[in-house]
Amino acid sequence: MFKILLLRILRNKISVLGLCFIFLLCITALFAPVIAPYDPYEINVYQVLEAPSKEHIFGTDELGRDVFSRVVYGARVSLKVGIIAMGISISIGTILGLIAGYYGGLIDSLIMRFVDVMLSFPTLFLILAIVAVLEPNIYIIMIVIGLTGWMDVARLVRAEVLSLKEREFVIASKAMGAGSGRIIFHHILPNALYPVIVAATFAVGSVILIESGLSFLGLGIQPPEPSWGGILSVGKDYITVAWWLSFFPGMAIFLTVLSINLFGEALRDALDPKKWS
Amino acid sequence: MLVYLIKRFFLMIPILMGITLICFIVINLAPGSPALFQEEISPKASPEAAEALKKLYGLDKPIHERYFNWLDMVISLELGKSFVDGRDVKEKIKERLPVTIILNLLSLCLIFVMAIPIGIYSALKPGTLFDRVLTIFVFTGFSIPTFWLALIAMIIFGVNLGWLPISGIQSIGAENLPLGQRIIDHFKHLIMPVIIMSFAGLAGMSRYTRSSMLEVLSQDYIRTARAKGLPERIVIMKHAFRNALLPVVTLLGLAIPGLIGGSVIFESIFSIPGMGQLFYSSAMSRDYPTIMGILLIGALLTLIGNLIADIAYFLVDPRIRVKKDV
Repeated sequence: MFKILLLRILRNKISVLGLCFIFLLCITALFAPVIAPYDPYEINVYQVLEAPSKEHIFGTDELGRDVFSRVVYGARVSLKVGIIAMGISISIGTILGLIAGYYGGLIDSLIMRFVDVMLSFPTLFLILAIVAVLEPNIYIIMIVIGLTGWMDVARLVRAEVLSLKEREFVIASKAMGAGSGRIIFHHILPNALYPVIVAATFAVGSVILIESGLSFLGLGIQPPEPSWGGILSVGKDYITVAWWLSFFPGMAIFLTVLSINLFGEALRDALDPKKWS
Repeated sequence: MLVYLIKRFFLMIPILMGITLICFIVINLAPGSPALFQEEISPKASPEAAEALKKLYGLDKPIHERYFNWLDMVISLELGKSFVDGRDVKEKIKERLPVTIILNLLSLCLIFVMAIPIGIYSALKPGTLFDRVLTIFVFTGFSIPTFWLALIAMIIFGVNLGWLPISGIQSIGAENLPLGQRIIDHFKHLIMPVIIMSFAGLAGMSRYTRSSMLEVLSQDYIRTARAKGLPERIVIMKHAFRNALLPVVTLLGLAIPGLIGGSVIFESIFSIPGMGQLFYSSAMSRDYPTIMGILLIGALLTLIGNLIADIAYFLVDPRIRVKKDV
């Protein structure tokens, strides 16, 4: 099964490029201390705001720190936040969607009204309000983004469950006396998994975008910890004199999210039974 | 129609309650109470003064009582006073809201005016160069950090080429210009923010229109229309286009939270004195009453947007009208 999936994904050339970039990024994040040529925290007042050169391929920032090293370490932050926040929102969304779809009735309408309420808030407003009230740090950011991004998954899973519930194999299992737990975890969840996997992939990309936006506003990852959004927010202050401060970290965000989205799209195609029958 | 509207209104009540509850919970997440925070600013404040302050903001009462007190205030549209300058939050929001609404409406218009023709054209010619360029554009729109795009646009068009101003909504001293020049001045200031705000929505909406149009084109009634020998232009405009547009209308409502949320970022990048900028500065200074007020207004705007989209859908789609009234 996994092999077929891989073959289908590899057939799409652009998504292979995306996959390579994601792989490269993971390596970069894992081995950041080896790859980064300088200490990302090391301040050097003699080489402030230097343009890209052989020594500093991405230039230096307002405190003389090597931008390339900071971008390399920034990959760690982005991936960490992206994956953990995705995990939180996918778990909440899947659980609530399963409960709402399976039990129906009052529980269903309560959960779905809650989804409606959460969807009424402009997401960035809600996140910013919570982050402003609590002191922002990387853990709070992960949790808050995770807690505010589960609604689409809940709707998706609920819709899947509703259609699966009426299928013969579920009804048969119920007739044989299987309990709710068995039906949910053995019959419904495995069959509802594909759309969740695709949604999870796209979620990583959108979390990275939100996190970088928060850090850009100064309400995300706090300096001196290197993050792509954080470097960009300094870049904004030096926009007329140091383009490299804005260009490289932004490019890193763009390419990362683009690769994830391309991969997600290929995954969606690969998991679509209609397309391959 | 009336029955539908009434039903729709009643459905909004629990959602409104939920929204106020979440706003209230968010603000009460604070580890230190707002009174403690005031103490931080002026450490000299005596314990008695802190007590008095707590009483003033009602912080000495149990939490559920505080929620209902606050709800009472909110229902009478009283949002409290800002911690920063003591001004009425309602007033502060009122003077900022028009700019944000105008910016968002302009962006919505741009999205619709651009996205629908792009989506339909590429649906009519799938696989052509235009269609492929659209696909690239869609992926870019979904993946690019828009605040970065704004910075790049500022560097290119504002700093290097000097074509467009990079901050504010009017030049200094623009009030004294004649009306025509003032409009041009505003227009120049708004081009960059509006285009960049619309970018992500434009990508999403074009893609959506394209797939909606493709689906309609594969329907039987289109084949029938063609088989009747109708000119292709009429098949497309009269039969396909109108039906493809239906689901696009619903997206109007869905695009609103993203646009309003984005105003925090764009207004602070382009120094536009709107609600987003106010929200940003209150978040930075932890001005709780203002944060709470704007959070509430933002959610209300979304609700209103959804309501308008639903009503529009109801008006355009005869199927719903028949089903709901019977």
